[in-house]
Amino acid sequence: MVGLNTPEITPPRWLLAELTYACPLQCPYCSNPVDYAKLGTELGTEDWFRVLSEARAMGAVQLGLSGGEPLARQDLVEIVGHARGLGYYSNLITSGYGLTETKIEALKQAGLDHIQVSIQASSQELNDYLAGTQSFTAKKEVARLVKKHRYPMVLCVVIHRENIHQMRDILEMAEDLGADYLELANTQYYGWAHQNMEQLLPSREQFEHAERIAQDFKEKVKGKMKIYYVVPDYYEDRPKACMNGWGTTFLTIAPDGVALPCHSARILPGLDLPNVREHSIEAIWRDSKAFNFFRGFDWMPEPCRSCDEKQKDFGGCRCQAYLLTQDMYKTDPVCGKSNDRGLVDAILQQANQPRLEEKPLLFRNSKNSKLLS
Amino acid sequence: MALLPDQPLQIAPGFRLQWEAAQNRHVLLYPEGLVELNHSSAEILQCCDGLRNFAAIVTELEQKFNAEGLAPDIETFLNVALNNGWIKHP
Repeated sequence: MVGLNTPEITPPRWLLAELTYACPLQCPYCSNPVDYAKLGTELGTEDWFRVLSEARAMGAVQLGLSGGEPLARQDLVEIVGHARGLGYYSNLITSGYGLTETKIEALKQAGLDHIQVSIQASSQELNDYLAGTQSFTAKKEVARLVKKHRYPMVLCVVIHRENIHQMRDILEMAEDLGADYLELANTQYYGWAHQNMEQLLPSREQFEHAERIAQDFKEKVKGKMKIYYVVPDYYEDRPKACMNGWGTTFLTIAPDGVALPCHSARILPGLDLPNVREHSIEAIWRDSKAFNFFRGFDWMPEPCRSCDEKQKDFGGCRCQAYLLTQDMYKTDPVCGKSNDRGLVDAILQQANQPRLEEKPLLFRNSKNSKLLS
Repeated sequence: MALLPDQPLQIAPGFRLQWEAAQNRHVLLYPEGLVELNHSSAEILQCCDGLRNFAAIVTELEQKFNAEGLAPDIETFLNVALNNGWIKHP
């Protein structure tokens, strides 16, 4: 009977290579683990070459080069060159901080396909406050250089309570900078963002107002700039189809070589996460405990198990279930059918109340990470 | 953008059409995304080489597959591809 209900294993299509946790910025919504300061040494260049080759052989074709700040890796151009040789479509996901024109040219020559630059806000003051670094002017210059060197430009702005009132200005800034795509990513509450949830989660009124502005703008720039709007799932009634299903599409490799079915899965207990220093990508993807843990539908409790929407959302996000209920098997509490939806509603109720005093943001840096380790 | 029948078509800048052996199909790659293509979509996109216009694409594919009356299906797909920004008139 063994294997009777084993779901078919599809090949990975996306590889997210988190090259380093080093970052000159301190964004308080960073998706990196809060205890990154205690994690092990970074993979070397040859390790990354092998990871890229093995994942490519299995079918991975989209490559995200991320971090931390991937520009902090001295071997970034070599890694890009190796990726291009293998046939990846490579995306550099960067803060833009420290990206010189010489580097942009070298990356282009090595075969980088696209650069995503993040900006924290539409004003210098707020951008530099949120980033914890004076970076606004440099970022805008990088956006200009990205266009100059004919990369498709994706501008990414993470949206939250501190900058949501700037929605119109953010849209206009993106248009001025000539962005081909604008990603308006409402904060997802993992990692550092979860620590700062109270300070970051907008009220329903703020969120709905901003969404209306963004939707109207979408019409205005149709055919010129594509807007990806990542919904804040707490305000939804159904969970997101997290990672397009566990172990079906996405493979993340963390700076220390740990392989993850999603970039925040490190918080989940008992997965025995494999490391690329000890296992091949094929063994990790096909055979490891971690990648098979939530594959398919057999792991599901009710109400997911008998739900006619389980093929659509796969029960939502395991990390969100764990962060909110301390039980990673539960239905994502965002779901209106979950017995735990009350937990999300209580969070929203707090977000919708007027603030008497503001709690300070906890910034993402090594000092705070050591405190949280 | 609507299809201009006289104008040639090309894969949009920043997009890449590529054969994926592991998936046994063509994919169209773009910033942080990919479209997994079926056989006929891939055949049409391969004709978008910056030289051929609509009529030339129809002729090419009708000859290649020894078929007739492909124009309506090709036109429908090209409009979808234009609207998604996968291809453009240079």
